Amino acid sequence: MAIESRDNTEIDLVRRLAPPLAAVVGLVVVAIGVMILADRSAATNLLASIYEALGNGQGAIDLRNGVGDQLLAKLVLGVVAVFVGVAGIWMLYIGVSSIVGLLSPKWQARILPWVFVVPAIALLTVFLIYPTIGTIITSFTAQTNGDPLAHYKALNSPAYLSLLQNNVIWLVVGTGGSVLLGLLIAGLVDRVRREALAKTFIFLPLAISFIGASVIWRFMYEWKPDGQPQIGLVNAVWTALGGEPIRWVQTQPINTYALILIFVWLQTGFAMVVLSAAIKGVSVEVIEAARLDGASERQIFMWVIVPIIKGSIITVATTIAIVVLKIFDIIYVMTGGRNGTDVLANRMFVEFYEFFNDGRAAALATVLFIAVLPVMFINVRNLRRQGIGS
Amino acid sequence: MAAWRPAFIRSAPLRIAVVAICALWSIPTIGLLVTSVRNPADISTSGWWEALLNPFEQGQWTLGNYQAVIASEGFITAFINSLVVTIPSTVIPITIAAFAAYAFAWINFPLRGLLFAVVVGLLVVPLQMAFIPVLRLFGQVGLNGTFLGIWLAHTAFGLPLAIFLLYNFISQLPRDLFESAAIDGASHFQVFIRLVLPLSVPAIGAFAIFQFLWVWNDLLVALVFLGTGEDQRVLPSALNVLIGNRGGQWHLLTAGAFLTMVVPLAVFLLLQRAFVRGILAGSVK
Repeated sequence: MAIESRDNTEIDLVRRLAPPLAAVVGLVVVAIGVMILADRSAATNLLASIYEALGNGQGAIDLRNGVGDQLLAKLVLGVVAVFVGVAGIWMLYIGVSSIVGLLSPKWQARILPWVFVVPAIALLTVFLIYPTIGTIITSFTAQTNGDPLAHYKALNSPAYLSLLQNNVIWLVVGTGGSVLLGLLIAGLVDRVRREALAKTFIFLPLAISFIGASVIWRFMYEWKPDGQPQIGLVNAVWTALGGEPIRWVQTQPINTYALILIFVWLQTGFAMVVLSAAIKGVSVEVIEAARLDGASERQIFMWVIVPIIKGSIITVATTIAIVVLKIFDIIYVMTGGRNGTDVLANRMFVEFYEFFNDGRAAALATVLFIAVLPVMFINVRNLRRQGIGS
Repeated sequence: MAAWRPAFIRSAPLRIAVVAICALWSIPTIGLLVTSVRNPADISTSGWWEALLNPFEQGQWTLGNYQAVIASEGFITAFINSLVVTIPSTVIPITIAAFAAYAFAWINFPLRGLLFAVVVGLLVVPLQMAFIPVLRLFGQVGLNGTFLGIWLAHTAFGLPLAIFLLYNFISQLPRDLFESAAIDGASHFQVFIRLVLPLSVPAIGAFAIFQFLWVWNDLLVALVFLGTGEDQRVLPSALNVLIGNRGGQWHLLTAGAFLTMVVPLAVFLLLQRAFVRGILAGSVK
């Protein structure tokens, strides 16, 4: 290939000039794109200028006045975004790495890796690393009245302690419930025909948002006074069994568990899918050996299969625990944290948006961060064990 | 496996238990769906299961609830907004992560191990840690409430998982592949485009589904970075507003909720295998 291009200087020239050109074009496309997109009324402006270019002056005026084809404007914006985001980024990568290709091999080897990783590292720095440090600092400096630990000391009050207690209940019951049910169902469906179909029913809720699930369950928990027809299924069954209708979402302490049930309903499918895959990895010989020793099927599951898939169970539990710790949507939508159901993430949002207390919100976020630190260390340590992060 | 199954296949209690569990898990969603097509007057006077007992009764089914939600509650705008937010927020992180994952897996450079450890560490950082400083930053550069702002946020928040998943896949590609490409004189860039990307399609697809569902279903990031302005609402925000304004009007709530679920459920049913792969692979987020 090298000999060929030396023979043909014209093609060689094009090859040498095209990459820098692509880089410049990429940069310009991204810059213009960002300028257009970095605006609340980007969508209407964009389509309006297209209309003007096409001679549709009235359409442009309508758009700028907030009427006309607003939806079309948004779609155009989305298309431009994908174009800028994808085509622009690709041109940048192509262009820059080809420019680097013009350097001596030694410098190429030094610079090229950075071309590949710098965009990712830059975004992570701006959106995760810098903010993490900033949030921790804010928690010691904003609205503290001179005492850097003010926000952390405030956590030691009944209101916040009950909130932390709720987080612990969520952590234990939410994680435990999802993992145990997931394990149980994985063990059961492993032994029936149409296993895939059965699993579909269980993990379908995984595609549903927390807020969608909250509407589903608000309706399940709907309460009507005694004597009226109960339109919520839970109270309909409850009264049919002879009970008084219960306000599941308002009554303490049962309401926290009613909310946790929504989470378990959503997450059991995840635990089941992962654990079912793990169960299928258990070798038949081990199970046969246990069976020959006279173990019952239940004993085999409890004392042979579960210990073997312990690693998967821990992974699933950790993953779900991290989601549970950050649980926000269900509480925000179902109760807004009232009636003793508040948790860290919801409180953080409320402090930030309703009380404008950045310092307190930052302290609550930092508590969440500290709670996930052990998992962070374990993940990085596992990485080093595999010999990667050294 | 085959050896330990037969004893159970004909076990009736087991099959009944599995069928019961499946029914139990589906009932809440079915209740929502059924209610969303019932007459508003019927919804508040009888349980949705009673409608299923006489499914052919005249005039109890209606699509009016959906018409009402679409006409007056801004769900069309929200649907478009959701598309405009979700598609770039899925595509852009894939591109950036694929380049980075390839470099982490197959190019030697200083600080590689450390930087990758940082990426893995960031996997579990709660998004709550990012909101306050990022909002201040956005305020300074005028990105609050813009689509560009939320694309950047979702892209960055999705990157650790994207890099991690793609790294796991790309680093397992056979070494010979890269050695023979190097002998042929291919540059890293050519190797990436011609070999790595095409071979990584399964991993990319798995992440794409995961990220798509995550962004589509997200309420928190949308509330924080897009706000609740009528023009800016995505589907979860629109549903949230609907709950606030029409708390007891189940015909609107159920129809609205189902509209937010249509796309994820379609993705789920059409791409179930890739979905499961994404779930299995994404089990660290």
